Amino acid sequence: MAKRIDVTDLNVYYGSFKAVEGVSMTVEPRSVTAFIGPSGCGKSTFLRTLNRMHEVIPGGRVEGKVMLDDQDLYASSMDPVTVRRTVGMVFQRPNPFPTMSIYDNVAAGLRLNGVKNKKTLDGIVEQSLKGANLWTEVKDRLSKPGAGLSGGQQQRLCIARAIAVQPQVLLMDEPCSALDPISTLAIEDLVNELKNDFTIVIVTHNMQQAARVSDRTAFFNLKATGEPGRLVEIDDTTRIFNNPTEQATEDYISGRFG
Amino acid sequence: MSTVTGVSAADQTPGPDGRRPLQADTASTGRMGDRLFGGAATVSGVLVIVLVTLIAIFLIVQAVPALMDNSANFFTSRVWAPGGEQPAFGILEFLWTTVTASTIAMVLSVPVGVAVALFLTQYAPSWMRRPAAGLVDLLAAVPSIVYGLWGLIAFAPVFKPVQSFIQDKLGWFPLFAPTGISGGTICFIGVVLAIMVLPIVTALSREVFDQTPTAHKEGALALGATQWEMIRTAVLPFGRPGVISASMLALGRALGETIAVTFLVSALADGNPWSWSLFNGGETFASKIANNASEFSNPNKTGAYIAAGLVLFVLTFVVNSIARVVIERRKAFTE
Repeated sequence: MAKRIDVTDLNVYYGSFKAVEGVSMTVEPRSVTAFIGPSGCGKSTFLRTLNRMHEVIPGGRVEGKVMLDDQDLYASSMDPVTVRRTVGMVFQRPNPFPTMSIYDNVAAGLRLNGVKNKKTLDGIVEQSLKGANLWTEVKDRLSKPGAGLSGGQQQRLCIARAIAVQPQVLLMDEPCSALDPISTLAIEDLVNELKNDFTIVIVTHNMQQAARVSDRTAFFNLKATGEPGRLVEIDDTTRIFNNPTEQATEDYISGRFG
Repeated sequence: MSTVTGVSAADQTPGPDGRRPLQADTASTGRMGDRLFGGAATVSGVLVIVLVTLIAIFLIVQAVPALMDNSANFFTSRVWAPGGEQPAFGILEFLWTTVTASTIAMVLSVPVGVAVALFLTQYAPSWMRRPAAGLVDLLAAVPSIVYGLWGLIAFAPVFKPVQSFIQDKLGWFPLFAPTGISGGTICFIGVVLAIMVLPIVTALSREVFDQTPTAHKEGALALGATQWEMIRTAVLPFGRPGVISASMLALGRALGETIAVTFLVSALADGNPWSWSLFNGGETFASKIANNASEFSNPNKTGAYIAAGLVLFVLTFVVNSIARVVIERRKAFTE
């Protein structure tokens, strides 16, 4: 259920603006990779290229190669819809569909895939909510609006919605930045469990979070405002936080800039 | 606009953070500015309610004496002879014409209006969106007499062959039965009304669709939705209350539209046989009243027309209440 991501020499553009330059990295299956770096360094932009969500933004395009095992995500025959069904995403702010119940939110992706059987849906909804550690809290009010939950619950609902379609990879774009510390802890625990089944990439501004949840950490930076963001280095998380190769990484994690 | 609907998109549309605005009673600080503005707003609000109530009372007071003298059944009679010693009048024909023409207008304009709004917000290239939206807003403000003129001079000749074609092919079906009337049939009026209210439906729907939060749209796309599936999952549910409000506003205008309809209708001769056909002539409430304004010679005669106006008033009120109920029922899911 989890696949390896191989990125080779990727540039990302918005119109004529080069937002990210020359990123190459490998993300191992069933691991958590954290992206850290100062604001505007392109880590979220780069994350979105892993399921082609950058194409939603007008003018967004890439050069380079992204492989998911042996599938080229940017092959001309590859449909972005297929890519997004394989590579799920959780956003910065919880975004459950406000007009849908908790149940319907989780079932939304399955219904898009044409699953209609009530029994099958019931099973996957329960399993996904359990997988997102939300089942016990919501099992008695599945027909209530998803927007009525607390922020942390909403975010876990969004995770349940994302994993319900059984993706290979789960991308998380600062999933805790709008949450309180207790909800954050719940999400971090969840990430630890989810990595048994999925390849997880998480963008975070919180370095302690990166240290806590990830196996590998990638540090992004940019030379100056207006310059494209670059990958400075990627390594085992313990190494990045204790003994990084690059001086820039050392400076960033020890709080000397950024 | 010819009617006040009481339904507004703004009541239902959540703010950018998904919350509704603070309520007045909890937000006021009790300072001078708050008290002044709060007072002014309250006065305006009360004024509207008082006005509507007074209009209703006026209509009822004026209509009741005429209704008491009426020797025909007001709701089921097709006779309209409010003058003389033995006044007899019924609204059946106007009710049928008004409701049918407006229904045709809605059936045609709502789907097309929603489709145009979706095109303008989701599909159109970005250079085109603003000018096209401005154009639609402009169309919504065109006075109805212009639509009447255009309908009479430019559109009627075009519509006539379509009408004959339908009568030829589907004439066996009562709704499409030929009647010998070729000018301002109910169907023709419905189509002109549809064209007239289309910009209203489009402009208001476009406004709400445009406000769909990016987060919801991206949420759907990230699940692997196609553009149409994204629209169905995120845009349409979000815009639903707004579309209902827009339709109600449009329906209100169609029901009460006077000048264009007066221009176009073929009034029926007294005593002609009842027909279910959409290709029959007939007056609407508004056109009947407008056509006969010169006849308001004695209170009883006037009262008959006012009674007809009262029915139109109640009709719009009922339609709006239904829309309210529809929106309220799903309220928990829009906040």
